[in-house]
Amino acid sequence: MSLSEQQVKEIAHLARLSVDDGELEQTTAELNNILGLMADLAKIDTEGVSPMAHPLNMSQRLREDEVSEIDQSEAFQAIAPQTGQSHFLVPTVIE
Amino acid sequence: MLHKLTVTELSKGLKNKEFSSVELTKHFLDRINQSDLNAFITVTDDLALNQAKAADAKIANGSAGILTGIPYAHKDIFCTTGVKTSAGSKILDPFISPYDATVSHKLNSADTVMLGKANMDELAMGSSNEKSYYGPVKNPWDKNKVPGGSSGGSAAAVAGRLSPFATGTDTGGSIRQPASLCGITGIKPTYGRVSRYGMIAYASSLDQAGPLTQTAEDAALVMNVMAGFDDKDSTSVDRAVPDYTKNLENSIEGLKIGLPKEFFSEGLDSGVAETVMAAVKEFESMGASVQEVSLPNSAHAIPTYYIVAPCECSSNLSRLDGVRYGYRCEDPKDLEDLYLRSRSEGFGPEVKRRIMIGAYALSAGYYDAYYLKAQKVRHLISEDFKKAFQDVDVIMGPVSPTTAFDLGSFTDSVSMYLADIYTLSLNLAGLPGMSIPAGFSNNMPVGLQLIGNYWSEELLLNAAHQFQGQTDWHAQMPEGV
Repeated sequence: MSLSEQQVKEIAHLARLSVDDGELEQTTAELNNILGLMADLAKIDTEGVSPMAHPLNMSQRLREDEVSEIDQSEAFQAIAPQTGQSHFLVPTVIE
Repeated sequence: MLHKLTVTELSKGLKNKEFSSVELTKHFLDRINQSDLNAFITVTDDLALNQAKAADAKIANGSAGILTGIPYAHKDIFCTTGVKTSAGSKILDPFISPYDATVSHKLNSADTVMLGKANMDELAMGSSNEKSYYGPVKNPWDKNKVPGGSSGGSAAAVAGRLSPFATGTDTGGSIRQPASLCGITGIKPTYGRVSRYGMIAYASSLDQAGPLTQTAEDAALVMNVMAGFDDKDSTSVDRAVPDYTKNLENSIEGLKIGLPKEFFSEGLDSGVAETVMAAVKEFESMGASVQEVSLPNSAHAIPTYYIVAPCECSSNLSRLDGVRYGYRCEDPKDLEDLYLRSRSEGFGPEVKRRIMIGAYALSAGYYDAYYLKAQKVRHLISEDFKKAFQDVDVIMGPVSPTTAFDLGSFTDSVSMYLADIYTLSLNLAGLPGMSIPAGFSNNMPVGLQLIGNYWSEELLLNAAHQFQGQTDWHAQMPEGV
């Protein structure tokens, strides 16, 4: 199975990455080269094998639903590209 | 001379007041500042000297621990309050962490001295340290060659004696392979042994932190500090941490070593194979027995890993979007443009490739064929180890098919992926593994890989320490050091 340039554009959009038209051919070739490596996977017999979700087969640890973090919003916002009135600012979404 | 000493020796010297931590720290900072290895992204001179002064005060008043006043290089993947944590990426170049990773916190609590943040492949993706936004690291044994990756700065710093020890992380070999290529000792613990909190995630089900050192004894000392349960990491395992130095002197008489036949087939450089086999013979002469084992699915580790890891990274790295921290593009015209350009300008080409492979493999219609299939094969790979460990205590083999290669010699991703063949499978299984210096081929270091069963770090360190008592490969240094 190999990717078309159109598919690469769609994948790039899913990943919120831009691939310029000038890079498209090379990026497609590189991704197809990598996917070529995966072709063997399909040949492996995994009938009845369960997927391995965790290396130690452990389940998610639970804890009481109580506040464990102190409010550090100022420290966290101090490193943000743009903030205002305790919000992270981005370009206007709704006019 | 001070820079040639091990952590164990430095610790004794500090305690006996043969030198102070400030003297030691200045000595290493001078060495770093004169070095051309590019092993560091950030050198934290002032912080280091302050930590050294505080350590000296503790030594003076008798409250020092074993690592008090010992300098180290911290891989730039661990968050450090007030110090840039870039993970080797432009997208995190502006990121000054507001908090400490648990590993950083533990090392601070042990009164160690952070010399700086070690260079690495961007976001831990790479096997040569050529993928760093801050430029490639050079191998101290031959500056035209790579140090390995992704913990390349860490390994080069220890091998070049710019730091007594370093931290690293290993998702698919990123501690063991650079340790092997630089002729030092490195251990990747069992998944869940060391906290991942504050360690910038690449592939969360595979990432694990560990030390890079000159000797196994030093690795045991640092493991004593790094390991342990952390409720801030949901995959941390609540299990008692042994004193890793306690069993170092045990005899390895009767140790059962397994050699996977798949690790010695085509593709392995003959000089590496000979060096590895000579090291195995050394273990035999110390009373260990050797038998062949089989890991029939080990070749499948490459496609499996290069599906699982990119899937996890495409999900993990979606948080780097230019909104809350890190790099933001100039003058975004709308939110979509902000995401697109911040990410496209911020990530390097290899990271983008892995994100796109992951986004594709997780997308509707392809999930079953790629991600789910890979997770099933991962189960088969882990079962292979389970079977092998019914017959043997430790599995040994090469770490890397070749010694360190020339800078710039790999032009495509796939050929470099193939070189990870011996290290990926144990991350997929969650097992611990080590690389220890085993000799040289064409004047470049060769590492021996030791793979243990779950939670067998003590045994690996014991076997490695016994080997290092009989050999001096770990004490060899590059010319000019």
